[in-house]
Amino acid sequence: MAEDNPEDEIILSELDDAELVEQMFDDLYDGMKEEIEEGVRILLDRGWPPYRVLTEALVGGMKIVGEDFRDGILFVPEVLLAAGAMKGGMAILKPLLAETGAPTIGKMVIGTVKGDIHDIGKNLVSMMMEGAGFEVIDLGINNAVEAYLAAMEAEKPDILGMSALLTTTMPYMKVVIDTMVAQGLRDDTIVLVGGAPLNEDFGRAIGADAYCRDAAVAVETAKALIARRHNRAAAG
Amino acid sequence: MLALRSQRGLDHVGLICLPAKLHNSPERIPGAVRATVARHRGHYAQIKLLYADCGTGGALAALCEELGLEMLPGAHCYAVYDGVARFAARAEMRSFFLTDFLVRQFDAFVWRPLGLDRHPELRDAYFGNYRTLVHLAQVDAPETAALAESHAARLGLAFERRLTGYGDLGVSLDGWARPDGPRSARSLGASPPR
Repeated sequence: MAEDNPEDEIILSELDDAELVEQMFDDLYDGMKEEIEEGVRILLDRGWPPYRVLTEALVGGMKIVGEDFRDGILFVPEVLLAAGAMKGGMAILKPLLAETGAPTIGKMVIGTVKGDIHDIGKNLVSMMMEGAGFEVIDLGINNAVEAYLAAMEAEKPDILGMSALLTTTMPYMKVVIDTMVAQGLRDDTIVLVGGAPLNEDFGRAIGADAYCRDAAVAVETAKALIARRHNRAAAG
Repeated sequence: MLALRSQRGLDHVGLICLPAKLHNSPERIPGAVRATVARHRGHYAQIKLLYADCGTGGALAALCEELGLEMLPGAHCYAVYDGVARFAARAEMRSFFLTDFLVRQFDAFVWRPLGLDRHPELRDAYFGNYRTLVHLAQVDAPETAALAESHAARLGLAFERRLTGYGDLGVSLDGWARPDGPRSARSLGASPPR
């Protein structure tokens, strides 16, 4: 086994911008939270706007993580570690993003449905959506239809996201969508659904706009549907 | 399943097992079942599937409908062992369940696949919303109960033990495999729930 050589240690502050971003991709991939936090601080000190740090260093790195998860190269534990590292970077950037008025491309209310306490997938989606420039209102777990409706009333989101891990809880998504239809709220909101036992057929059958198989797909789908809505509004 | 077959003298019933680790990727279960049924159909008068939905989101039920098979009722083996109606009535959202099999194979099917052997700091990301580990015991064995209790401690959860026996697995089996006479031609190809 090779011994650690202190001379091989990478000093983040000695890397140029491009090298540092590359190194942050690696550190994010390896779930190295402290290194990510250090990288974020270095880029900010070098005058990078917070939004640029977020999109180029963090979201860029998480995109690779997402692709390798989708392709079966990374698994849930590694994705969780990467997400934890990104969260560390986001915690530094979030107040700065608010101060600098970074662009917001839409608002999402998201929550795990009633009877279900599983939130790993939902949390990943929340984080990736925030990284992509969405404002995210996270309702947490075990949400009854009333909680979704109250949040939609208060927040007027562009998107409602619902998550379920259990075969027994996923039908509740239809309860929420049917209630939205009954109350005339369905056409105002894009509905995205996700969770391990779901698939596209289920999403279609319950009247969602799309089923998203993972967080990266959720971000791409949300962007595409928001853009389509804007185009429709402009044309109308 | 072997215990039930032996208890009930169902020696005309065959048993074919699929890998238990399929439960960690339920989307692969229907394909594995389809292939197994195709391989064995010619050898048995009847094939029954000893899977509940097991996280397939209805895909297994659809496959059974297509192939003309019967399967176990309920969402998963926990409901089958506890009794599907009883399990639903309890609505234990914050309980994490282990059968005897999972108690014995905890490291191989829970701890290591979740990466907790390498990253124990992830424990609360997985289990933070749970409150209790419920051991659904098929057999009254103190050593299995003690092992289950130690798993609860590792996960930071309270512990409860429930002696279920084989629950609705036995009920379904009795309904399907009751011989019409000695050495009935009816046979059962099965994949045991964990």
